[in-house]
Amino acid sequence: MADTETDEVVEEEPVAPAERHGVPVAASRGVAVLFPPIEDYLRVVEALRDEGFAMCVDVTAVDYLTHPGRSLPEGVPAERYEVVVNLLSLEGRERVRVRVQVPEADPTVPSLFALHPGTETPEREVFDMFGIVFDGHPDLTRILMPEDWEGHPLRKDFAIGRIPVQFKATGGTGK
Amino acid sequence: MSDTHVVHTSEGDQELAPRDRSSERELLLETGAVLRMSEADAAKAIAEAAGTDEETFLLNMGPQHPSTHGVLRLMLELQGETVLRTKPIIGYLHTGMEKTGEDLNYLQGPTNTTRMDYASPFFNELVFCLAAEALLEVEIPPRATWIRMLMCELNRMASHLLFLATNGMDLGAVSMMLYGWRERDLVLQFFEKVTGLRMNHEYIRPGGVAVDLPDGWQDDVLFILDALPERLEEYDQLMTGQPIWRDRTQGVGAITPEEAVALSATGPVLRSTGLAWDLRRELPYLAYDEVEFDVVVGTYGDVFDRYAIRLNEVRESMRIVRQCVEKMPPGDYRVQDKKVTPPPRARIDESMEALIHHFKIFTEGFRVPEGEIYVAVESPRGELGCYLVSDGSAKPYRMHIRGPSFYNMQSMPHMLHGGFIADAVAVISSIDPIMGEVDR
Repeated sequence: MADTETDEVVEEEPVAPAERHGVPVAASRGVAVLFPPIEDYLRVVEALRDEGFAMCVDVTAVDYLTHPGRSLPEGVPAERYEVVVNLLSLEGRERVRVRVQVPEADPTVPSLFALHPGTETPEREVFDMFGIVFDGHPDLTRILMPEDWEGHPLRKDFAIGRIPVQFKATGGTGK
Repeated sequence: MSDTHVVHTSEGDQELAPRDRSSERELLLETGAVLRMSEADAAKAIAEAAGTDEETFLLNMGPQHPSTHGVLRLMLELQGETVLRTKPIIGYLHTGMEKTGEDLNYLQGPTNTTRMDYASPFFNELVFCLAAEALLEVEIPPRATWIRMLMCELNRMASHLLFLATNGMDLGAVSMMLYGWRERDLVLQFFEKVTGLRMNHEYIRPGGVAVDLPDGWQDDVLFILDALPERLEEYDQLMTGQPIWRDRTQGVGAITPEEAVALSATGPVLRSTGLAWDLRRELPYLAYDEVEFDVVVGTYGDVFDRYAIRLNEVRESMRIVRQCVEKMPPGDYRVQDKKVTPPPRARIDESMEALIHHFKIFTEGFRVPEGEIYVAVESPRGELGCYLVSDGSAKPYRMHIRGPSFYNMQSMPHMLHGGFIADAVAVISSIDPIMGEVDR
């Protein structure tokens, strides 16, 4: 199979993407990143907790609406939102990341509250900022914005907001 | 009838009815710590309860209150003076800094993040720059690393002195407030000498630091290190050994290690429970594996432990600063990569290339390769992290800062449960939240 006459790249057998706990995993600068589908999300986080990742350090989300193109492993369909969970193992001194693709049409994800009670406020923040609903969360209400606010500020289609400024020379409002 | 069981107490044997005979509401009052009620419902409940003889009532503490450490609103469910359940309500200082971060390039980014935890601004700048540099894959020269470490440890000292000041005042030792500010001012004057500003310096930038340390900086730092130990002894005398202080802090707001880990608490809150977790020791960054220092750990997880930890962390930071003064390497204070670091101003007159680089860096900004990363440092409050997603352009696509106070606040209801309102002041102060990083 190897072409020994020239320096061309050897045609290899297609390699199956690496898996951990049954879901694709990639390495991002030294940290393992798992990509479970929504159905496997709780199972994977629980399996990681049993493996030793006892502390959920951070739960956040990203809106990939205007992103030119991110690198995902094979078999992981790209959706508009991603919920990102960072876990920490105190004994193993190791971090791991879990990225779940969340579709725009139905942005619902199971809550991690039962596994990690420390996800109560970050999940509220993700709900507030992105509109992603966490099934099973005890108190899913807005946390940073006022309770009656409409819209989800960190979405890419929520304008950053400007105060209209009137410049003397030109007249009219600024950008 | 035979379900009852007998408990032996100091007042004789007592018969207890089985637990399932208690109503759900009674059980909740006894064991529940977190109040989960929307603000509209709570306002209605408060209005309806006015004038009635209800057993429990809801009280708002804050957002404008001398002891809530910034704009924190606590909804307390009280039975007499005992706190049953709590709901911390935040968002009064929310200014959309994460959204702003998506609109600023990487050189402007630290100006935004530095204002989140405004009591320890260097750490915010540091975590953002470490994240950007990890994506850029540039290597920072050793002198820049040691300067960053020096400034961060001095900042830790300043932040803990602020804690000692406000904690003392909250618990009644009002003179501690002035003493703490006096010491903190020594450090802030040094910061002004080096960076030009007393707070929110924008000194740590991607690629290194903004300017080199001025001549004679060792003398200024050693002056601070000589003045502080004696003053810390004074504070030890003023507070630690004092019986009133001990009564107000020991056994108050205790939390177990399992609770702390489950609630994602880090920093002095986690270390007070006995878990020796300090990112500087366990997952070292900068040059922390080349300096000697001890990690201060508590035992009971109460307010006194958190106070003692921070007092001793000032001493440990002084050790690190002394080693920085002794071991500061010579060399560049920022990486020489022209695409990242602006050229020195004098070169712009001479070289066309320097002018173009200067122009590109200050107008468009430098581009960071596509990717995502999470970097964390040990700030005075706990694990301060930055999750950065880059799309290959000059501005971050998504910048999320994991503020330790945001997570430490989750332990607050559990610490307040069963205590008095006066203990609430002690507990809030011992968590040392900075609302800027809670709300962002």
